[in-house]
Amino acid sequence: MTTVRICHLYPDELNIYADRGNIAVFRQRLAWRGHGLEVIEAGIGAAIPHDADLYYLGGGQDRDQMIVADDLASAKADVLHRAVAGQAVLLAVCGGYQLAGHGYTGVDGTRMPGIGLLDADTVAGPTRLIGDVVISVELPGAPITVVGFENHAGRTRLGPGSVPFGRVVHGHGNNDEDGSEGAVTGRAIGTYLHGPLLPKNPRLADLLLGWALEHATDAPVELAPLDDTLEQQAHDAAIARVANRGAA
Amino acid sequence: MTIAPRGPSRAVARGVGALSRRLGRGGGTSAPGRVLLRLRPDAIQDLAGDLARGSLVVSATNGKTTTSRLIAGCLGAEGWPVVANRAGANLVYGVATALLEGARVRPTPEFGLFEVDEFALPEVVARLAPRVVVLMNLFRDQLDRYGELEAITDAWARMITTLPEQTVLVLNADDPAIASLADGLHRTLYFGIDDPGIAIGALPHAADSIRCRVCAGPLVYSRVALGHMGVWHCPACGARRPDLDISARSVRLDGTHAVDLEILTPTGPLAAHIALPGVHNAYNATAAAAAAVALDIAPATIGPALAAAEPAFGRAERLHLDGREVVLLLAKNPAGANVTVQTVALDPDPLHLLIALNDRTADGRDVSWIWDVDYEPLLDRIGSLVVTGDRAFEMALRFVYAGLDRSHVHIVPDPARALDLAVSFTPPARPLYVLPTYTAMLELRAILVTRGAADAYWAND
Repeated sequence: MTTVRICHLYPDELNIYADRGNIAVFRQRLAWRGHGLEVIEAGIGAAIPHDADLYYLGGGQDRDQMIVADDLASAKADVLHRAVAGQAVLLAVCGGYQLAGHGYTGVDGTRMPGIGLLDADTVAGPTRLIGDVVISVELPGAPITVVGFENHAGRTRLGPGSVPFGRVVHGHGNNDEDGSEGAVTGRAIGTYLHGPLLPKNPRLADLLLGWALEHATDAPVELAPLDDTLEQQAHDAAIARVANRGAA
Repeated sequence: MTIAPRGPSRAVARGVGALSRRLGRGGGTSAPGRVLLRLRPDAIQDLAGDLARGSLVVSATNGKTTTSRLIAGCLGAEGWPVVANRAGANLVYGVATALLEGARVRPTPEFGLFEVDEFALPEVVARLAPRVVVLMNLFRDQLDRYGELEAITDAWARMITTLPEQTVLVLNADDPAIASLADGLHRTLYFGIDDPGIAIGALPHAADSIRCRVCAGPLVYSRVALGHMGVWHCPACGARRPDLDISARSVRLDGTHAVDLEILTPTGPLAAHIALPGVHNAYNATAAAAAAVALDIAPATIGPALAAAEPAFGRAERLHLDGREVVLLLAKNPAGANVTVQTVALDPDPLHLLIALNDRTADGRDVSWIWDVDYEPLLDRIGSLVVTGDRAFEMALRFVYAGLDRSHVHIVPDPARALDLAVSFTPPARPLYVLPTYTAMLELRAILVTRGAADAYWAND
């Protein structure tokens, strides 16, 4: 048995899209395989562990995002850079994704600093990009489909230091123009997809857990398969919803 | 604004009304109002101007319909002829439709009672110039449609600066965002709960409005009653919950059936046993009492009127099917679902549950909110659990990842078949608790109507 350590950043401020659903997925999918999970919550002003296996940044309203942005950039960025360089995993969703990039210029023109773990920069656009999303993701292993929901004013553009997390099959993605969604640099992943992201994307959840376990044990990890029938049904229902949205 | 002659609006209203009758109508329609406003953009201003006693609007994320119903009871007890909109028609067109229909009935309505969607409220208020504005709570809800909570709060704050100076504000002091809306210019009545026995241990997961609206500092609660509502203050700037003008001093939760309340008002105390369960309904009743006080209705009238109120459709509505009681408990956002879960958990026996999740426009297309609901208190209380709706598998996942064994979740996407299965799991002497989203509630209720268990909802409001 291995205990994976997750550092959940700003759970009180960045939780707008049910981010704890993602944490619940990590916890249960580890428990079903006989592993443990320790969650270290780190709010404003709190020190963060330098040796967590996975760091999680969720989404927040603009005001909450602004409240955490300075703290993240000034008090936590260095630890996160060193951890990710040491093969720890970062999952950043929605507002957290924006802050994991170089920064976010909000609707009112205010610039929030990011931490530059992803080569991405975000500027608010005139409308919010809202709706169901289906993307095709190529990560180690076979290509997978990832489903979720997006709701963001920011338009994100990637620099050469990151590649898109996925290609948009349905939805808006990073900027509604170039067909990209999210950003990946090494084991740092940013995405606009919530819903939450992981419950109905079990293969993505296991990819991240595999990386986190490798970080925890310093050895390659083979995850025991689980019965994901229900997860796959929820995944398929979300795709079907995109196809028949017009009828609702 | 120009002074428009009133006659033409009423003539137009009669014409549109006749047309809509020929076209037939269902419950909660807003089509006639849409036609009326196209023909006569000032129709709401004109028709509302004919209401001799003015009008009142109620808005909130949760509790609009029930509170409006409780206020209607008080107005009825006063003998005021009232025009009111239907629960499902709470946008501008729905208000116009209600006024249109009111212009055709006798006795001529003297007062307008309108529950209004939180997003539509500023526009409706600008047209109605209401005598009383009741603002109850703001919780995260349908983020895909409403955007962020902050934006609605800001829009309401701007709206208040445009109100006529004689408009009275009735504000929930226990909700920090609502309490912050007082502008110091309009007469304001604050309501809230002041019973130390009504306290959950701490703020629930993902609570809203936990930062000060004045200085953005973190708020501190000495007591949390529901969601982010309670006794709060801001250590950084000194902002605090205002003193209550209308306070529920004693709140006794009578299981899943009722609440006993003692409410202090500036014009005297009142007591009421209301046939609606849960802390949320204590807030709804206190808000209704405060609204009635703002209309100078006497406490001796308010108490019995609250006690006589029956549930609004789908809101703790109790129906009977195959010898079982079916309790419909609309649960459409995290705060509403949390308090519904807490209320159902007051039942000491094994719980038989049907949970219905749709993701249509009126529900909010983003179902991530179910992961913010604290369903966990139900886990070891479940007698049976059936999940249904467009996103039934997603709801099943919510319980499985909370730790419930997969074999204990019965997934039946079709609502009629799900209802049959859930009823079959429910022992004859036990209630079936149904927790649906909005459109799922309408679907399940329609099924119950065809089976003779309920009245069509427009006949019921």
